[in-house]
Amino acid sequence: MEFAVPTEAFIVLSTILFVLGALGVLLRKNAILVFMSVELMLNASNLALVAFARQWGGLDGHLFVFFVMTVAAAEVAVGLALIVAIFRSKNSINIDDLHQMEG
Amino acid sequence: MHMETYPNLIPLVILAPALGATINLFLGHRLGERLSGLVGVIASLLAFIFSFLIVIYLNDPAVTTGTVIDPIALFEGWIRIGSDAGFHVDIPWQFRVDTITATMLMVVTGVGTLIHIYAIGYMHGDPRFGRFFAYLNMFLMFMLVLVTGNNFLVTFVGWEGVGLMSYLLIGFWWDKSAPVGWKNSNAARKAMIANRIGDFGIIMATILIFWTFGTLNYYQPGEVANPCYVLEHEHLISEEQAKKGECDLQAVEAYAAEHGTEAEGDLSEEGAYSAGHGGLTVEEMTNSKFLPGQLGVFGQLEVLMALEEGENIVWNMDAEGNPVVRDRMIEFGPYALDISAMLFLIIVFMVLGVSGKSAQIPLFVWLPDAMAGPTPVSALMHAATMVTAGVFLLVRSNVFLEYSAEGRLLVALIGAGTAFMAGFIALGQWDIKRVLAFSTVSQLGFMVAAVGVGAYVAALFHLATHAVFKALLFLGSGSVIHGVEHGHHHVHEHHGHHGHGEHEHEEKDAHGQTDVHGTDAITLHEEEFDPQDMRNMGGLRKRMPITFVTYLIGTFALSGLPIFAGFWSKDEILLDAWHHGLESVNVLDQLSGLIVFFTLLVAAGFTAFYMWRQIQMVFFGEPRSEAAAHAPESVPSMTIPLVALAFFSTFIGLINVPKGAPIFYPTFYKDYEFKHFLEASIPSVTQGETLIFNLGIAGLATLLAFGAIFFAHSIYGGRKAVVGEHGAEDGRDPLQMNPSTSQAFDVANRRLYWDDFYFSFVIRPYQRLADFFADVLDWRFLHDYFHDSVLKRGYDAIANLLANPLDIGLIDGVVNGVGRAVQFFSGRFRTVQTGYVRTYAVVLLLGVVAIVVLMLLPLIPTGS
Repeated sequence: MEFAVPTEAFIVLSTILFVLGALGVLLRKNAILVFMSVELMLNASNLALVAFARQWGGLDGHLFVFFVMTVAAAEVAVGLALIVAIFRSKNSINIDDLHQMEG
Repeated sequence: MHMETYPNLIPLVILAPALGATINLFLGHRLGERLSGLVGVIASLLAFIFSFLIVIYLNDPAVTTGTVIDPIALFEGWIRIGSDAGFHVDIPWQFRVDTITATMLMVVTGVGTLIHIYAIGYMHGDPRFGRFFAYLNMFLMFMLVLVTGNNFLVTFVGWEGVGLMSYLLIGFWWDKSAPVGWKNSNAARKAMIANRIGDFGIIMATILIFWTFGTLNYYQPGEVANPCYVLEHEHLISEEQAKKGECDLQAVEAYAAEHGTEAEGDLSEEGAYSAGHGGLTVEEMTNSKFLPGQLGVFGQLEVLMALEEGENIVWNMDAEGNPVVRDRMIEFGPYALDISAMLFLIIVFMVLGVSGKSAQIPLFVWLPDAMAGPTPVSALMHAATMVTAGVFLLVRSNVFLEYSAEGRLLVALIGAGTAFMAGFIALGQWDIKRVLAFSTVSQLGFMVAAVGVGAYVAALFHLATHAVFKALLFLGSGSVIHGVEHGHHHVHEHHGHHGHGEHEHEEKDAHGQTDVHGTDAITLHEEEFDPQDMRNMGGLRKRMPITFVTYLIGTFALSGLPIFAGFWSKDEILLDAWHHGLESVNVLDQLSGLIVFFTLLVAAGFTAFYMWRQIQMVFFGEPRSEAAAHAPESVPSMTIPLVALAFFSTFIGLINVPKGAPIFYPTFYKDYEFKHFLEASIPSVTQGETLIFNLGIAGLATLLAFGAIFFAHSIYGGRKAVVGEHGAEDGRDPLQMNPSTSQAFDVANRRLYWDDFYFSFVIRPYQRLADFFADVLDWRFLHDYFHDSVLKRGYDAIANLLANPLDIGLIDGVVNGVGRAVQFFSGRFRTVQTGYVRTYAVVLLLGVVAIVVLMLLPLIPTGS
């Protein structure tokens, strides 16, 4: 099928989003922001999946997106719970403060 | 009566005393004195009976040769080295039964039995009675092995055995309290050591004989010792031929041709030429069947000496049947000796052995000290039998001496020198047994000198007669000593020594009357009383008549007064020496003959002198001590052997009456019966002359003996025997009082300083050397210095080396190093764990990138 917007554009967008998210994970100090970056990466991969699903016309991509979303949600829940627990002991959510297990 | 089987009795002759010894050894103390003594005497008597049977057999005129007996199969091949094809060393245990053996057997067992009987009385009360008789029997057994052996090694077994028994018997009372016990055991050791030095000589001689001849057998089975005698006896050759020594098959044939006798049949059959007496064929009589190398030692020597320089002769067949050839030379690897030089060497070594066993110069010093043993021992061994073993060996080796004039000279000089020297020493002795000991040494010198001038028959004759009268004298002296001891005991019992009283007497009884023998200085009842010192005796002829009469007979026999035994035997030696000196071909022989003659004449004079001195001191005069005044006669078990021996001392000389002797020949006795008896075994007798009785020599010797006796009587007769009234305490010899003879007397008393010489030049240096080795080398150097410096320090150093640098340094270092390395690297690697999440995230990312790149790498189009 001919589409108005070519699939490559979606992939490029997905890549840009993914890289931004990766950088965010690496460069951000705030734990919540790191999580936000992780979500961004996941969404980027969602986008790539949907784009390819649209191109090839199958339902596999769409289905996988649902799984990813569910997992992302669960993961956020757990991660936020972890942050709350850490905040309770350290009174900070600066990930640079968590280096007790160092050599 | 099947007498030809009698020689097979020989093993029994040896077995009887062996059995007696075993019984007495194991059951002695249980048997009690009577049975113990009986066992010993019966064993000896059995040996005597068997010996007597053998003598009867050999006396048969039909028997002209000795036999070699192989005993039971158990001894088959006693020493045998090599394969069955051919033995390198074959020394069988064989017995030789011939007339020399028979003579020795009779002497040994006859005198031995009488001494066994005597010992029952003498050793009464001794706690080790059974052991004593076991030792006596064992001695007898070894002596019989010595005289019956057929080769030098069997003889040597007996030789060593009698040396051992001598040690055991001389030191029999080693357990007496000091210093007596020590004196006895010292004497035993001295005997053993002197004998051992002689044994070295015998062993060397044996080895050399084996090397030269390849065998040690005197005669091989079937070999005839004296073919000349046998052939002449069977009238197969003439007397002239026998005298010249031509006794082989050619001589027989020549004689037969001369007399026109035809051989009836083959020479190898019985009966050829004569009526085959003794079952010998002519071949057997001339030893023709033997190749030279198959003969015994003496046969081989005769063949070798007949060879010219460089001449070869077929000697033997080797294993494959090829002939083996040899000449006169004896090979020692790169060196070779001519047989005559070898013979002299053998004789020199043999003489060393003989001088050890038969107490000649230089090894005689043990015999006087050996008087420390009980008197029966002195009588048996050191008068009659053991010391004659050396003379026996020389007589056995008569063929050796016949072919070596230098050897003969050596033997003669040693014998004559010993006879003279010992005779001189005996003049100055105080101990009754010491006088007899030196007399024995002197008489042995007579015998050895006789052998040295080629008078083997005279030597054996003198051996036999000397055994009888010297045993008599020793037993008589034992009886005297016993009597004096009894007297001493008696006196002190009566006087009741203060305080000691019963106690000490009982103690003495427990020890027995044999308590105080064999020493010069014994402590008894507080004062020193030596029952053997002649100065304590005197006037004993009234107290001990039987002992006196028998002792007198023994003295007459020893001094060589006519018709007593010693006269005939001594005279024959002198006659032979004189004849040898005048008629010999060899100048060495002439020299030895004359030297021997004059020396022995003087020695005989000495003999008569010191014996009469002894008689005067002991039996005549007044008793010089209380003990002598109360001495009783001895018990019958001691006096009966004395009487028997006295009887033999008187008459035994008549077995060898010389031709032409007045009165006795030819009316009562044939001439030289003993010589004819021995002729079968000693070849030189056949080749020698039959000497006529020489009235001059006999008269001279007799005159000398009587003269010496008169001279002694003038000095010692009457009451002048000892100067001084109190026995040994102040007794001095009349010769000591006389200034011109006192020095000589002292020298004689000190035994010519032989013992002192040996002590300072041999024993002390040896002791100092031994001390040096023990103290300095062994203890101070080896144990202390070497042990501490070398061993201990070395060990410490090595241990240190192992402990510190190796163990701690190296091994611990390696092990610890591993740990340190781990620590080091872990320290470095640990820093990877920063603890920062972001770091981990970066690493994660990089890893993902790497994997993706790796996966995509193959998909990059590279251009086909």
